[in-house]
Amino acid sequence: MIRFEDVVARYPRADHPAVRGVSFAAPRGHITAVVGPNGSGKSTLVRALIGRLPLASGRVLVDGDDAAAMDGRSLARRVAVVTQREEPVFPLDVRDFVALGRFPHRGAWRAASADDARAVDRAVERSGIGDLVGRRTDELSGGEWQRVRIARALAQDAPALVLDEPTTFLDVAHEMGVFELLDALARAGHAVLLVSHQLNLVARFAATLVLLHEGTVAALGPPADVMRGPVLEPVYQWPLVVIRDAAVGAPALVPLRTRSRAGSGSGESDSQPGYVS
Amino acid sequence: MTGTATESRKHDAAPPPRPRDARGRPVWFWLGAGAALVVLGVAGIAFGAVPLALPDVLAALRGEGDASAVAIVRTLRLPRVMLAALVGAALGLSGGALQGALRNPLAEPWLLGVSGGAAVGAVGALALGVSAALVPLAAFAGAAAAVAVALAVAGAAGGRGDPRVLLMAGVVVGAFANAVIMIALATAPADTVRGALWWMMGSVADADWSQVRWVAATTLIGGGALIVLAREIDVLSLGEEPAAALGVAVDAAARRIYLLASLLAAATVTAAGLVGFVGLVVPHIARAAGLRGHRALLPASALTGAALVIAADLLARTVRAPIELPLGAVTALVGVPFFLARLRRLA
Repeated sequence: MIRFEDVVARYPRADHPAVRGVSFAAPRGHITAVVGPNGSGKSTLVRALIGRLPLASGRVLVDGDDAAAMDGRSLARRVAVVTQREEPVFPLDVRDFVALGRFPHRGAWRAASADDARAVDRAVERSGIGDLVGRRTDELSGGEWQRVRIARALAQDAPALVLDEPTTFLDVAHEMGVFELLDALARAGHAVLLVSHQLNLVARFAATLVLLHEGTVAALGPPADVMRGPVLEPVYQWPLVVIRDAAVGAPALVPLRTRSRAGSGSGESDSQPGYVS
Repeated sequence: MTGTATESRKHDAAPPPRPRDARGRPVWFWLGAGAALVVLGVAGIAFGAVPLALPDVLAALRGEGDASAVAIVRTLRLPRVMLAALVGAALGLSGGALQGALRNPLAEPWLLGVSGGAAVGAVGALALGVSAALVPLAAFAGAAAAVAVALAVAGAAGGRGDPRVLLMAGVVVGAFANAVIMIALATAPADTVRGALWWMMGSVADADWSQVRWVAATTLIGGGALIVLAREIDVLSLGEEPAAALGVAVDAAARRIYLLASLLAAATVTAAGLVGFVGLVVPHIARAAGLRGHRALLPASALTGAALVIAADLLARTVRAPIELPLGAVTALVGVPFFLARLRRLA
């Protein structure tokens, strides 16, 4: 369980905190999704968790222990984080890259044990990258690269997994593949915390949505509570409707064309059934 | 996700995999580089103003045979070849570690202010006319001061372990040092200018056993520490946030590696002046041979650097004998073809 308690974090030299009193929990066995517009503070929460941005106040708790008080490697043994950006400068063999996920267990000195090898094998199998193991990281497509990064996080063998927009740049099949994997991990007992712009997908997979707006929690709850037009429209500041997608039985956001058309009464909004309550 | 993802692979615009020839190559690299080091080392001892035949070289190394050959080998050529090897190894280790930790294929030992600071120290000592024996000490002091200033500048800028801030701080310190050197040289007598230029071009001509011992000790300690920290460098090379997510204290680790790499570079400066290009090109040669993790890349860079500087020194003193060419220029001339070949592979 990862719990953010009244977290306030400010970037150096910034006038205002990027997150201002955010509280929510990502329990084991579920996917918890943080959504919100660009600049609403989603990635800031991830940076605060891994200690790249010190908290001005509040706490991040991992299974009840203060993350800021843990040393980096013990935190990394309990929470595996796939950060938003990662641009490799020097290529590595895919298996060696995945094996770096064992760093929190091995440190700089200890040689790889049979446990390490097994954890890497499991991560490779679980993330379905067995066919990539003979390749180099500079020979991968965008989708393969994201899966290899997720495999490295799985090799950390941490009970909690945090992913910052893991499906950006992925096509539909790869995106669904990642979501199915995260769903399976959650069902297996992991706490999965996901930062995403894919509202319609997280509405189908996540147990809880945390909607951030200008650094605060604008809404928090099951997808049906958060995925409502009156909740989302003021946050995204764009005309939209939320329908119930009959095919999958989940709420789905449909952004409308422009304010003028939506406001004219003859725009796309008329063709939609309106908000899902 | 296995099923979904596998089925969709046909839609995936992956670049075609390259032939996997790199797997077996590291073995050949170690054998080849080791053999090159031995052959070049023996050649470095055999060639010179008084050429020695191979049996004479081997006898002299054991302290047997012709007394003058023993003297030439033991007091002149062996320390010279060993110093060249150590300088090359130290620069290779330093460059390999910095490129990884700073995530920059252009990083090299001199980029971070060490060379500028050392040059200011050495030129200052030469301009003040102090004893030649004190020039290396002044160079080391200058290098240490430059590193301290660069770290302080990076810290003051709030960058601490940020590779970009560290690099820029190093460049700024280096530029400042260059300005100081130019002003010092512009007002110095011609002899001092010539001495300073020679020093800045690098040379192992004055090698003696005390220098060999000093550089050997530093290379063993500093290089050993970097090899111990190799996995941390692997993780740092992923980037600041991924490294932090894997539990590396990014700022402290970057500073540690920066300091060790600078110590190695400074040690070479005190013994051989500024030997350029080695620290830049050698890690690329090792990577081209298929060595990617730093636990292997760093020793490989040390081995390659040692062979490269021995070869360059051999050329420097034999091509236009009895005139010696500047070692730093020859290392660049020898290294450029490797670098071009590497560029072609990258493009």
